[in-house]
Amino acid sequence: MEILSKVHAKNLVAWAKDKPNVYALSADLTGSTEIDFFRDTYPDRFLSMGIAEQNMLSFAGGLAREGFIPLVHTFAVFIYRRAFDQIAMSVSYPNLPVKMFGFLPGVTTPGGATHQAIEDIAVMRSLPNMTILECGDATDVESVLDVAYEVNGPVYIRMIRGEIPRLFDATDRMCFNKIRTVSHGKDLVLLSTGICTEEAMRAVKVLESHGVSIHHMHITTLKPFGVEEVLDAIAASKYGVITMENHSIIGGLGSIVAECMAEAGLGKKLSRIGLMDTYVHGASRQYLMKEYGIDAMALISRIESIVGAKFGIDETELPKIHITPVHSDSKAEAL
Amino acid sequence: MNTKKCNILWQDEVKRVAAGIRRRVLKHTIKNNGGYLSQACSSAEIISTLYTKVMNLGKLESPLVPEQFPGVPGPNNPNYTSGAIYNGPRGPEYDRFFLSPSQYALVVYAALIETGRMAANGLDHFNKDGSVVEMIGAEHSPGMEVMSGSLGQGISQAAGIAMARKIKGESGRVVLFLSDGECQSGQFWEALQAISHHKLDNILAYVDINGYQCDGKMTSVMNIEPFDKRLESFGARVYRIDGHNIDAIAALGNLKPDGRPTFILCDTNPCKGIEILEKRIPKLHYVRFTSSDEKTQYENALKAMES
Repeated sequence: MEILSKVHAKNLVAWAKDKPNVYALSADLTGSTEIDFFRDTYPDRFLSMGIAEQNMLSFAGGLAREGFIPLVHTFAVFIYRRAFDQIAMSVSYPNLPVKMFGFLPGVTTPGGATHQAIEDIAVMRSLPNMTILECGDATDVESVLDVAYEVNGPVYIRMIRGEIPRLFDATDRMCFNKIRTVSHGKDLVLLSTGICTEEAMRAVKVLESHGVSIHHMHITTLKPFGVEEVLDAIAASKYGVITMENHSIIGGLGSIVAECMAEAGLGKKLSRIGLMDTYVHGASRQYLMKEYGIDAMALISRIESIVGAKFGIDETELPKIHITPVHSDSKAEAL
Repeated sequence: MNTKKCNILWQDEVKRVAAGIRRRVLKHTIKNNGGYLSQACSSAEIISTLYTKVMNLGKLESPLVPEQFPGVPGPNNPNYTSGAIYNGPRGPEYDRFFLSPSQYALVVYAALIETGRMAANGLDHFNKDGSVVEMIGAEHSPGMEVMSGSLGQGISQAAGIAMARKIKGESGRVVLFLSDGECQSGQFWEALQAISHHKLDNILAYVDINGYQCDGKMTSVMNIEPFDKRLESFGARVYRIDGHNIDAIAALGNLKPDGRPTFILCDTNPCKGIEILEKRIPKLHYVRFTSSDEKTQYENALKAMES
């Protein structure tokens, strides 16, 4: 599998070249959110805001009212947890084109509970006018700027950084409110977002060899949510649907799908894989995914209980994943 | 008793602990090919003086060995343990320590080892899966008591605890360690406003003014100077000292309360004691070696410290 480094850093510089109204805002995490290349290339369009996120979000609203496109960059938690009221009233209510790049979603940071965004989708999607996107691979990161730019209003993006895999061909880009089908199958529908898509792909390959056929879809637009295609697949499935996300099971993908199914009167079972209404602690991503049950093996065991079979799959049978060393050169900082 | 001799003794102890903090953090940084090294250089004397001279903390019978992470707090988890146990037993007469910038956790861990509060192998657990010795300390991490890794929240929580201690009539103080970067946040100023309003003079705050933050020099990222004047205008009793002068740090830790919170601004050098760090200015927040040559230089610095 192709592994790319600092995709957003490079892509942003090329993308912003002919967009003079695009500004990048940083809250003292410039290298850590991969906008150092942007700062060095377009120093006049880089605004250092310090460790003061509430001000940064309202300030971005002011810029946006005057025709600029502020790209707010910091860790995801520091966007929605620290500045929620500011986002609601200074950005979301007036439907301003502030694009918020939330890095280190869920368990992708070893920084512990203060740094782990585990309920950002739940919180942000409750805001009217808000669009929510999530990146799961390098192709998503390469295409998310175009998608966010085209939205007439605020956008919150769950970003990934550093060394990231390319799961989808570079031409198979993220599109607004479009689902990408990874595999077709009749037994179960599997919906995954963000870093869980790679885990799901690992598991699906092996499960198919054990006779389970899975309709696997990768979701990148969480709000609005393209229901029809998903609901059709769920209706046609034998066992129902599993959602898999790097987020609390409350308020994220699992809840979104539950609402859609209930409103459509679709009588199929829904099984949610995610953080089971718990905070997390500081440790490596691989460890936390296993510990909190959002990895490939957790998916396999969930499917075993749904179909009522034991496949005896060992973790060593799964395709390998790329593990970035803690002190990889692709990271500007420890965090 | 010969007081002069006693003075020499406590100062020697402060210096020994400060040197131990730098040495342990440097050793750890070399071993892990990365670490929060400049924070140790700037704050070694402050943290050391606090732990050995300023704070009235309860004693421990023997150094504690970090346990495995007991799970997040909740109604069904009776096993969750506060990192404050490393600061000794709780009592109305004892001071309570609050580390506001959790990124300094490594410095506090080293200080706990040097003062016999954590076992020497405690640092081996640092940032290991399933350990409480987290990279960005949480309230279960050794020496810590509240969640302060989201900057600006440490001072407000400490202020609430200071208020509670006043209401309960406790004589122990709330000793707060802050760094300059976090004072850019609005919450810091809201906290100070409330502390002054409620006359919480049982708060003793030491601020490490090393002048740098993640993005570089603070005056270029977001200026907060003249910090002392700003604090004074918010109602604080402010002193500005050389943050490596242990006599000054200790003397100001012993003032009589006067109705205002006390802020001791410690101007520090983030390269103090490991001068080769100067080559990395202004990127000092986190040190990861860029070449084996650079690593060798730091290994030599460690050897010089250990000899």
